Amino acid sequence: MNTASLIVFDGLLLISIVSLAWAALATTDARRSVILFMAFGLLLAVAWARLLAPDVALAEAAIGAGLSGALLLAATNDHSRQPATAQTETTRTEPDRRVGMAIQWTVTLLCAALAVALAWALAYAFDSTAKDTLARAVSAHLDVSGVSNPVTAVLLNFRAYDTLLELAVLLTAVLGIFALGPARADYQEAGPIFDGLTHWLVPVLILMAGYLLWVGAHAPGGAFQAGATLAAAGIVLRLAGRHHFGLPAGSTLRITLAVGVGMFLLVGLALLAVGRPFLGYPTAWAGILILLIESAAMLAIAATLVSAFVGGRPNPIAINTGEKP
Amino acid sequence: MTDILSSLLIVAGLFFFLAGSIGLLRFPDLYSRLHALTKADNLGLGLLIAGLAIHAQDLFTALKLLLIWLAVLAASATSAHLIARHARRQETGP
Repeated sequence: MNTASLIVFDGLLLISIVSLAWAALATTDARRSVILFMAFGLLLAVAWARLLAPDVALAEAAIGAGLSGALLLAATNDHSRQPATAQTETTRTEPDRRVGMAIQWTVTLLCAALAVALAWALAYAFDSTAKDTLARAVSAHLDVSGVSNPVTAVLLNFRAYDTLLELAVLLTAVLGIFALGPARADYQEAGPIFDGLTHWLVPVLILMAGYLLWVGAHAPGGAFQAGATLAAAGIVLRLAGRHHFGLPAGSTLRITLAVGVGMFLLVGLALLAVGRPFLGYPTAWAGILILLIESAAMLAIAATLVSAFVGGRPNPIAINTGEKP
Repeated sequence: MTDILSSLLIVAGLFFFLAGSIGLLRFPDLYSRLHALTKADNLGLGLLIAGLAIHAQDLFTALKLLLIWLAVLAASATSAHLIARHARRQETGP
């Protein structure tokens, strides 16, 4: 492909991304804003692919556009069902409006400061001569990481601490969601056509999650993309009105949610016990240990994302009390 | 030869995308707009993927492209059905 057409494509992509972002922020209709945000996420995924970052593109498409979009749509549905909240919007008093304006301006200023800081960091990154030191260090040590995909090597080996803490953040988030109360009521049961779709789509999604997990060792993929795909299967089942959407019940669910952090810690502590540094895998064992941690992380991520979509504790007793009023 | 064939298929696919987009913007009601949109999804994407599959490095990649088309076919048909059914129920009452 010649460069001129690529420049035209990139230019169109940039203009579309910025206009979609603007449109999503400018519209007053929450549902429209969410749909524009999903389109924005998809184009952003294309932009990541154009930057030769397929791992980020996959994560952006699956989590940024797909799952966040589904979460936000569910939230707008909840919001539109509560007339009380809508009323407070319209009958705002003068001081309220002034506070709103102050918040708006503060956020705008903070965003502008962030943009300046990012621009400075980018300029600094492009200027510094040793800009690819990290990339070179990763590729120099790739053969001892146990995997051949550099992104997985960084996430699960060289910077495994970061990923462990990310999983801990997810676990904390799902604890917060459970603290919000019981889950939303089930959706109405799907008609024959949507039901027929779920019958083959869900197994394909589960298979695809396994494929993404496995392929992550040597190509774009990994626990986060696989977890998001597995969560998509659960969300499709939930939307189809099934009461059980792949989430286990009771203590099995709690174990599944914690298994990502748990397996990480278990591997790290076991390595400490045999006299290696925390999460410093021996080269011969690195591949299998990474696969073990990633499999556990995939299950935990999928369970966390589905729990977030359900919006509360999927406890059968809690659901009954929620439906009473 | 394969270049010409794949270009022809892709251009034909783009035609259906263009026609579908114009239909989506110009058609008067929801049902005909859905009709226009699904043409782009089904035929447009199908031709596009056929054109790309010719260029695929191996059979596995071509099959993955085919899977994308099948998934979009099923998803767009189902979502078009759900949107149309919802709209129809709003018209006639539940």
